[in-house]
Amino acid sequence: MTTLEGLQNDTKKRFLGKKQQSGFVHALRRNAVPYLFLLPWLIGFFGLTVYPMAYSLGLSFTDYDFTSPNTTQWIGLANYQKMFGSLFGITEFTAPSGEIMRVDPYYMKSLSVTFTYVFVSVPLKLIFALAIALLLNQKLRGVPFYRAVYYIPTLLGGSIAIAVLWRKLFERDGLINGVLSALGFTDLPGWITHPDYALWTLILLSVWQFGSSMIIFLAGLKQIPQEYYDAASVDGANKVQQFFAVTIPLLSPVIMFNLIIQLIGAFQAFTQAYIIGGGRGGVLNSTLFYTLHMYIQGWAYHEMGYASAMAWVLLLIIGVITALIFRSSKLWVSYGAGE
Amino acid sequence: MGLANSMKTGSVVRHSMTHVFIIGLGTLMIYPVIWMIVSSFKPNNMIFSDPGLIPSAVTFDNYFTGWRGYAGTTFGTFFANSLFMCSVAIVGNLITCSMAAYAFARLKFVGRRVWFAIMLITLMLPAHVTLVPRYIMFNTFGWVGSYLPILVPKFLASDAFFVFLLVQFMRSLPKEIEEAAIIDGCGKIGVYLRIILPLATPALVTTALFTFLWTWDDFFNHLLYLTRPDTYTVSRALRTFIGDAGAVSNWGGALAMSTLSIIPAFVLFFSLQKYFVQGIATTGLKG
Repeated sequence: MTTLEGLQNDTKKRFLGKKQQSGFVHALRRNAVPYLFLLPWLIGFFGLTVYPMAYSLGLSFTDYDFTSPNTTQWIGLANYQKMFGSLFGITEFTAPSGEIMRVDPYYMKSLSVTFTYVFVSVPLKLIFALAIALLLNQKLRGVPFYRAVYYIPTLLGGSIAIAVLWRKLFERDGLINGVLSALGFTDLPGWITHPDYALWTLILLSVWQFGSSMIIFLAGLKQIPQEYYDAASVDGANKVQQFFAVTIPLLSPVIMFNLIIQLIGAFQAFTQAYIIGGGRGGVLNSTLFYTLHMYIQGWAYHEMGYASAMAWVLLLIIGVITALIFRSSKLWVSYGAGE
Repeated sequence: MGLANSMKTGSVVRHSMTHVFIIGLGTLMIYPVIWMIVSSFKPNNMIFSDPGLIPSAVTFDNYFTGWRGYAGTTFGTFFANSLFMCSVAIVGNLITCSMAAYAFARLKFVGRRVWFAIMLITLMLPAHVTLVPRYIMFNTFGWVGSYLPILVPKFLASDAFFVFLLVQFMRSLPKEIEEAAIIDGCGKIGVYLRIILPLATPALVTTALFTFLWTWDDFFNHLLYLTRPDTYTVSRALRTFIGDAGAVSNWGGALAMSTLSIIPAFVLFFSLQKYFVQGIATTGLKG
């Protein structure tokens, strides 16, 4: 077998010449198996990411209605006008298709709700996660157990069960008001149903799930060599000074990592708002998250062209913010000593 | 005596204070969850009048009334559906994510760097941007209402997080074992099956774990694609159980079923804690 194959190969080599063999055929053979392993991912990438993204960009310039796809018309930037028209004081405009369209009165509200949620909950969550990580980064017995307990909210936080629970906790006759009235407070609002407080219950729910950031911070803190703290304390730095001179700079890559992950996640928050708002944006749309608004537009009103446009704007917002963080990282992230 | 001893007592006191503080804060953190579990054993009319943890009367009624479910479907069906979906998702992710990761981590091929960079970018891509077209696409396939829109992507390595996790892990494996196998006549496929997969078991366990949790907790996709109550998963069913306005008459049942729904996560977490920590610390996976 080997001799025959060897002979054939030999003849082939002589016939083709060494150069050609190591050229195309060789490259094909060398790459075939790796690409075979990559094949499922490649199909997924093109079928579930590239094609849908291009498709959704195209849809965003149409008035595609899921229930009557045959009447779809090209309406240019009308969907984007519908989003941002209120910035220019417009309430109605004529789309390129000749149709008169109304500016979405709730889009700006959904944007501001989401921005408030993201820019309040993410920093609070990271500060909290870091504080707990510092607390658990001591030479103490039982740290793995404590870490597990503090991770429980994160473990369960994404579930419907917790959303249901949260709603019950913060209702007028819920647990929180029960505790507060036992402490002597009166005239307590229904936190979930009050437009001033509803969003804050969701922010609290998000901060409560600080567990994965905490674990990442803990792993980062373990990487900081003790010698730095020793050197700092020889130089007379107290604990607070050590925190700002040693811990924060050396932890800055981890902080950036957590920041980006949490920001991207927070912009896409959906489930908890959906449950707490009862499938809608809550009282006076106070919890109308961007993705919730998009879902309502696309699936309740069948405005899938508009929903696609909203998705693309969300992508741009996340992209710009992530890029800004990466750009600014030169100023505040140190990849220096210890690496 | 004096100084050394008093310093020691001082640090003992400080340590106990820290423990008390950590335990106190931790209790506050998980109080809502404990309250939910305890309340699921309270009679329906006492649930909200009583913020305390020790119920004055214990009943299992909520579990019986909750288990009946709705629309003629019991929670037994919902749990079976969730388990089925999670099992298939785990199989899909384990096979295809590990295949892609093996290629990225251990094989040389033209375009590897470019594809890997692209894979990293897809990590940050918000899922919503592909939502509408995927829905339209799956609808033309006639898949809406079935599990296919949720499960087929798992067989196309679409959870890039796991590809990334497995790449990181496989890269750290020693080259020598692989080289020995190649000398012994093992091909690339043989190396993958006999060397890399067994060695990557910890990362594969992490992948299976998080696939389970994410699929179990996933609500959005289930909301979009599951249309008939008898196909509902636990998370989808719980949502309908509490109703649109949240105006349920049977809160006890809702809390009881919520409690049951978090048991798998609890069991997995406490039995496989180190895999959780590893998975989160290396890739920032969210639990």
